[in-house]
Amino acid sequence: MNELHATLENAGIAVTILPPLPPGEVWQIPSQDWGQAAQIAQSLKWRWSAGWGEEIVGAQRAVPRYRVNALLAKPGKYLLLRTEVPQDNPQLPSQAPYYHAADRSERHTRDLLGIHFLGGDTRRWTRHRAWEEGEFPLRCNFPVAGSRQEATPPDVAYPFLQTQGAGVYEIPVGPVHAGIIEPGHFRFQAVGETILHLEERLGYVHKGIEKIATGRDMLGLCRLAGRVSGDTTVGHAWAACMAMEQATKVEVPRRAAFLRAILAERERIANHLWDMASILNDIAFTFGYYQLGRLREDVLRTNGKIFGHRLLMDRIVPGGVAVELDNAAVRYLDREIDRLRRELDELVTIVDRNASVGDRLYTTGVLKVEDAIELGCVGYVGLASGQDLDVRRDRPYPPYDELSVRVPVEQSGDVGARFWVRYKELRTALRLLRQLLERLPDGPTRVDLAVPEEGAEGLGIVEGWRGEIVSYVRFGPDGKIARFFPRDPSWLNWPALERLILGNIVPEFPVCNKSVNGSYSGVDL
Amino acid sequence: MAWLVNVLQIVLFVAASPLLVGWIKKLKCWSQNRRAPSILQPYRDLAKLLRKETVVPERASWVFRLSPYLIFAVAVLACAIVPLLAVHLPTAALADVIVLVGFLALARFFQALAGLDVGTAFGGMGSSREMTIASLAEPAMLMVVFTLAVSMGTTNLASAIETLLHQLPLIRPSFVFAALGLALVAVAETGRIPVDNPATHLELTMIHEAMILEYSGHHLALIEWAAQIRLMLYGALLVNVFLPWGLAESFDPSSLGLGLLAIAVKLGGLAGLLVLVEILLAKMRLFRAPQFLGFAYLLALVGMLIHVILEVG
Repeated sequence: MNELHATLENAGIAVTILPPLPPGEVWQIPSQDWGQAAQIAQSLKWRWSAGWGEEIVGAQRAVPRYRVNALLAKPGKYLLLRTEVPQDNPQLPSQAPYYHAADRSERHTRDLLGIHFLGGDTRRWTRHRAWEEGEFPLRCNFPVAGSRQEATPPDVAYPFLQTQGAGVYEIPVGPVHAGIIEPGHFRFQAVGETILHLEERLGYVHKGIEKIATGRDMLGLCRLAGRVSGDTTVGHAWAACMAMEQATKVEVPRRAAFLRAILAERERIANHLWDMASILNDIAFTFGYYQLGRLREDVLRTNGKIFGHRLLMDRIVPGGVAVELDNAAVRYLDREIDRLRRELDELVTIVDRNASVGDRLYTTGVLKVEDAIELGCVGYVGLASGQDLDVRRDRPYPPYDELSVRVPVEQSGDVGARFWVRYKELRTALRLLRQLLERLPDGPTRVDLAVPEEGAEGLGIVEGWRGEIVSYVRFGPDGKIARFFPRDPSWLNWPALERLILGNIVPEFPVCNKSVNGSYSGVDL
Repeated sequence: MAWLVNVLQIVLFVAASPLLVGWIKKLKCWSQNRRAPSILQPYRDLAKLLRKETVVPERASWVFRLSPYLIFAVAVLACAIVPLLAVHLPTAALADVIVLVGFLALARFFQALAGLDVGTAFGGMGSSREMTIASLAEPAMLMVVFTLAVSMGTTNLASAIETLLHQLPLIRPSFVFAALGLALVAVAETGRIPVDNPATHLELTMIHEAMILEYSGHHLALIEWAAQIRLMLYGALLVNVFLPWGLAESFDPSSLGLGLLAIAVKLGGLAGLLVLVEILLAKMRLFRAPQFLGFAYLLALVGMLIHVILEVG
């Protein structure tokens, strides 16, 4: 942190240190130095974690301006870089030349807020054809209800990268797929079956999450955050609540923190089981698919029985949790851990010893360690390629400050590594779950949150099952939300798919995609 | 009488093929602790498809429209060559096993053309993959046929099987290898795991399914049905050539009944074997398929050599 500060000052960048937003420090720099600061931070091995823009109006600012944020990270440390640009000329240098991960985020900010990042990719990203040119839905004067057109024009003429040469052909896949999955478009350039280039085009499930968050109360925002990505409902709700609790300077009761962690670990267990099952399904090893899928279904049914919702939606609320566990339920959950472990041992041995499964998983879709660093991958994608990152261990939040989290790291970066990292995380989650159940303290499960003052901000950073989730909340007047930005880990992991697929053959794409399993909804917002 | 039995056998072939697929599905579900759909489900699926509207892509040519009928017709004709219940059938005497290989190739040719015809990426990809596999499967299939033909002194299936029936039931090493070779070819040609996955929804991994993605309604029903007939055809070929016992040699009801029972037991058992392989193996990488079929060719070739070295003279 000090090294970065000194280097920035030496480069002539004026750094204004603002009050911190735990767990991050906040520095403001002039907008013209935005790109150069990124270059310096990148050279000092800071990781780019999240980026968003906001319009600040009302009592907080006499002259409305746009504020641009970029969250940088080192293990255990967070730094929120800020700058402001005037409304009549909203432009600043791009950070994308130094941080690949900033690319789509900046394009998203430009599409929704009209801030131009010079030197970055000028193609639209989130903006398909739903708004007129010059309309920016995240600006304050744009109505929350939107400006509905009769029909959204088809999204044609997106300039994909073209390849030329003998035998090169293009395969457009999606957004409508043969199976029931989320919509996304993949444009392949291939020679024979070998993939030369892959370009993703997402944004088909844009829901206007950031816009409809404005004006909500705290509970309303929590419910919305739980729907950013359905499979990560606990993770996003926890991150959003953490941000709101930071802003109102409230500490949740210890029992509530433990219950939140129980929910989060159960979400991790269910999703990892399902991902492992789905990876096996994509290589047509149906035995593993059905058996692991059955275990996942058991976990979900227990969720439904004990917590009242299979996916644990809306169980986390601002100030605590909306669930209670009696002794019988604790014993039930504890017994389930033993059963899961026993069945997993048996199943995973069968999968591990099957040579035809190994033949498909190993050396397929390799994400090199250098690429993982360059793209800033997190979660199991990062862990499988040597990125030893886990918020629960590096910057522990309650209750993980009382527990020790073992983080599995692999170096090979192939589909097999991502499969086994999931399995090891699953085992860690089972161990944590047992510890959480054993040490579950007594006490209240919820506290009331005071109405925050206008302009109060909070940053929530938690380890979701896909990896690090960042949630930013700023309050407006009357305790209503003025700005909410959830950064799903998929923002950082989707680009990895474009990289790891190169040189593989076309029919390996589904299993590679499944091994990354980015959330479409989580990045389309 | 012979013609009547012959027609009956073809009808049975066509009518019973969805039943075999239903049986395979049932076995597969049971082996995975799942509740199985009715054994009649493939019939219901076909009936559903026949009722549905048939949508044809705007840019489709006559090849696209003709192919389903042609593929189905060829599959029915191929049924006439392979003995299912009885051996002395007039149609079996008309054409030999090389014609059978030709029929299968003709159907595949039109299937691949239809895949290319609409100009979608998936159709082209599927056709290209199908032809890659076909170009390797056909030589292996022919080598099996030649092993059989050289041993029996004829390329006619019916007379070869008849000769076999009158011999002592002894194990011929050459036939063991040829049967293994044919089994591998059959797995590849009928699009089963580990070469192709008939149950997948992943369009990028498909081979057979990718070619027929644009088909719907009765066109799709015909193609699906033809694929089921082809599966039954390869099954019947495997069990009746290499384990011919039980095939009726006369047309009286008792021997025909015995023949029906025998083929049901043999195909049912073969389905069990197929399911066992399918649950034990993951689908292999596409580029391993040539090695797989190369191995099939090698097995058939070894069968032929063993015949020449051990069994001649």
